[in-house]
Amino acid sequence: MTTILPRKDAVIVGLGWTGAILAHELTEAGLDVVAIERGPWRDTATDFNIGYAQDELRYGIRRDLFLQPVVEAMTMRNNTSQTALPMRDYGSFLPGNGVGGAGVHWNGHTWRFWDSDFQIADHLRDRYGAARIQDLQLQNWGVTGAEMEKSFDRLEYLAGISGKAGNINGLIQEGGNPFEDPRSRDYPLPPLQMTYAPTLFAQVTKSLNLHPFPTPAANLSKDYINPLGIAMGQCTMCGFCERFGCANYSKSSAQTTILPVLMKKKNFEVRTESEVLHVDLDASKKHARGVTYVNTSGEEFFQPADIVLLCAYGLHNVRLMMLSGIGQIYDPNTGEGTVGRNYCYQTNAGAQVFFDDKNFNPFVAAGALGQTVDDFNGDAFDHGPLDFVGGAGINCIPSNGRPIQTRPTPPGTPRWGSDWKKATVKSYKSTLGFSSQGSSYPTRGNYLDLDPTYTDRFGRPLLRFTFDFPDNDIRMSNWVSDRMEEIAKAFGGKQYTNTRRKKGWDSVPYQSTHNTGGAIMGTDPKTSAVNKYLQSWDVANVFVIGASAFAHNAGKNPTGTVGALAFHAADAIRQQYLRNPGQPLVSA
Amino acid sequence: MSRIVFSLTLAATAFSAGLALAQAPDQADEIIRGRYQAILGDCSACHTAPGAKPLSGGLPLETPFGQIIPPNITPDKATGIGNWTEADFRSALKKGIGHGGKRLYPAMPYPAYTRMTDRDIGNLWSYLRTVDPVFNPVESNQLPFPFNIRLSMMGWNMLNFTPGEFQPDPSKSAEWNRGAYIVQGPGHCGTCHSPKTALGADETSEALQGGSLQGWYAPNITGNSYIGIGSWSEDQIVRYLKTGTNGHTIASGPMAEAIQASTSLMTDEDVHAIATYLKSTEGGSTQKPQPIPASDARMKVGAAIYHDTCSACHGGDGKGASQLFPALAGSSIVQQPSAETLTRLVLQGSQAVHTPAAKTTPAMPSLGWKLSDEQVAAVLTYVRNSWGNAAPSVGASDIGAQR
Repeated sequence: MTTILPRKDAVIVGLGWTGAILAHELTEAGLDVVAIERGPWRDTATDFNIGYAQDELRYGIRRDLFLQPVVEAMTMRNNTSQTALPMRDYGSFLPGNGVGGAGVHWNGHTWRFWDSDFQIADHLRDRYGAARIQDLQLQNWGVTGAEMEKSFDRLEYLAGISGKAGNINGLIQEGGNPFEDPRSRDYPLPPLQMTYAPTLFAQVTKSLNLHPFPTPAANLSKDYINPLGIAMGQCTMCGFCERFGCANYSKSSAQTTILPVLMKKKNFEVRTESEVLHVDLDASKKHARGVTYVNTSGEEFFQPADIVLLCAYGLHNVRLMMLSGIGQIYDPNTGEGTVGRNYCYQTNAGAQVFFDDKNFNPFVAAGALGQTVDDFNGDAFDHGPLDFVGGAGINCIPSNGRPIQTRPTPPGTPRWGSDWKKATVKSYKSTLGFSSQGSSYPTRGNYLDLDPTYTDRFGRPLLRFTFDFPDNDIRMSNWVSDRMEEIAKAFGGKQYTNTRRKKGWDSVPYQSTHNTGGAIMGTDPKTSAVNKYLQSWDVANVFVIGASAFAHNAGKNPTGTVGALAFHAADAIRQQYLRNPGQPLVSA
Repeated sequence: MSRIVFSLTLAATAFSAGLALAQAPDQADEIIRGRYQAILGDCSACHTAPGAKPLSGGLPLETPFGQIIPPNITPDKATGIGNWTEADFRSALKKGIGHGGKRLYPAMPYPAYTRMTDRDIGNLWSYLRTVDPVFNPVESNQLPFPFNIRLSMMGWNMLNFTPGEFQPDPSKSAEWNRGAYIVQGPGHCGTCHSPKTALGADETSEALQGGSLQGWYAPNITGNSYIGIGSWSEDQIVRYLKTGTNGHTIASGPMAEAIQASTSLMTDEDVHAIATYLKSTEGGSTQKPQPIPASDARMKVGAAIYHDTCSACHGGDGKGASQLFPALAGSSIVQQPSAETLTRLVLQGSQAVHTPAAKTTPAMPSLGWKLSDEQVAAVLTYVRNSWGNAAPSVGASDIGAQR
């Protein structure tokens, strides 16, 4: 039996970064809002208690804060000729769970995508010709970099990002990223104090005529009070960011930037440990009535609402749309359907340099404390003579020196035994690592849909991945790895390694939790699931907010752009949609 | 949050009721002034249970003599004070004798309210008549024999109670007198902050010098610069009362509630007046003892625990971070004669109050699950005797008693 609850103005599925931003914005507009969150309530002092927050076994290895496959698993295959099998454990990527979502346990790299990303199809076609991108399903996002600037700025000031501007209103700033789009003002906080490894990386890359700059970080370089009046503390560089909640109010998250204000509002409520099963549509299938969810006792509820905001992790947003019949599921054979289209990932590779005479003290660290080189990212360089598009940021961000997982050893070291032990002791402090985070461009055959065989505990089909690294991206990554090898050599260390990305995505080893696309934004309802305001083309009172909207993935961490899109959508809802509820903001 | 919501509801109720009555503009003013008296007196702190209708009865108060449940003071005739007259109400506040001659227990701070002016009491009465009546039977008297005999309060009053309105001191400024009036009268600060006699009365000779209640130690709030608030500037006292945080400390426990429901809603003039008055008061030892030397074994253990568990937030130098983490160095609260509050904070944790000017609500995590009695005693001894602090050591048995 389903209990029908009193109507709300808006229901939000998932209370992470985007859910919290939307909830704050819509409650400010006077709406009565409820957020429904599958995982538990999480708060700094009670859940990231300083007395156990840095428990690597519990959080780093056993992954206490993450979604567990018993709650929701997914199936994967590399191409349509294979039969997908369920991932029995999450490995390659680690979706979040609970209030704050993945924003609780991220590292804090906070990037802006560029105008050449948002208008990628036009940009690359104009510069290199249509033939260059014919194997890729690249699409414009429907927005421009200039249009998004204000939203990026709001996110960065909400979150107290530490960084150095590279381009303020068109003026290049010494020490910042010269390749970034113009921004209206500098970051709210100066860069974090650099540790030795990124300092050396900056010296070496500069000597190669590259342009290193401090990675924009959501680990705070100073005490900060954000525009909502919420105070955050200076990062202590304990090196427990990714996979951990921050015990010091020093890492930006919904908990540290929004919830203290949001939770006090009379027109806001969150229901935790409640899983949304589907969005309920009316008979026309053009209007959402609300959502149906189930609590941990198995009781089912219908929450009627005028607006439904899907703010779960991008992959969950896509699956919920499919389970609810919002839009048509993408079919790679015909190219028709939009939900599941343009799933992208991240194309990464890494290098390590081993020294005899250096001490990097890797345990002094923060998730985003480091230096980045963007000379080979996106379209910052001329691809004319090359055989690929896209690029990668090269990052030296030694985010931690945690004892279980930080065990670098030089090539030739045995994998176990006393020689291995000796080598880990010797190399722990004297190894410098850096990595490339490469773009991931869509192809016709990389997509998400519902698995025909495997179901979850409620009998609903699991999400199925069909994905492999596109040839273009492999060529890109290997070309960037050549550049990394030049950098590695220039360090003058004793030895170096330089791993190269190969085809054959493997879901087991951790790679990146930057799963994008599947409910992409765009200008054409035939090729995108949501319009430029993240409003469903098919069901006008549903907005789908998250990295699911990315039409491709750049060589950057997605959270900055995810947060900016949340503000962008919130503005559209407040300023346009609420004046004319139920209507499309863009006519198809 | 609930408190703020209540206050807003109360305001709305006051206005609507005032307008509904529409008898005279004077009466509306009286009700609004009366609502402010309810803020000064923080009636809701005791008389409103969390989540319940305003003033419909509170949570049990634990006194050394037993439990008392604050009654329903809404105008409900059956279970509230709907049958009371203004004279009954006046008598309750001024003399501790309510409707039908029933004697109140001094958990109701009539020894302070007796200092209130007739006009303020009249306004408060007018306001209370406008609160929504709520049917909620409360049996206040849960005390064991012989304390449950209300008549015994007659004797108590003879020994401990001096009725009478506040008398201004003409040699002092109007602001000082206003502050003294609020502190001694409606604000009833001494109810928590003054030590108690064996009979549970305020130790008037030691007014505002700190008292223990409900598992907290309400600190010395005189102008004493060692263990009082003498080292706070007037502005810092004002900021504390308005926001719950002032760079020195962050309110916790019952004071956090008092700030949320009462002091943060007072006018700026009144909060300044309180600060002026408190700064002028004296009390308690100003003689700082010699700190326990760092070489002491307890101090060494405490230092190790501090650096491992506490320093990430409070800093290696004990200076904290303003708005988020209270400074321990130089903190009078850290150096109180009793470590009861500190012990409670370490064992159970505490969350800062939410006020419009300080919204973060940072929290001290509970560490009782991790630290043994000996370890808590050592780390508290360390913070009480480091960075220029000096205060008696804390024993493991004190910690055990509070678990």
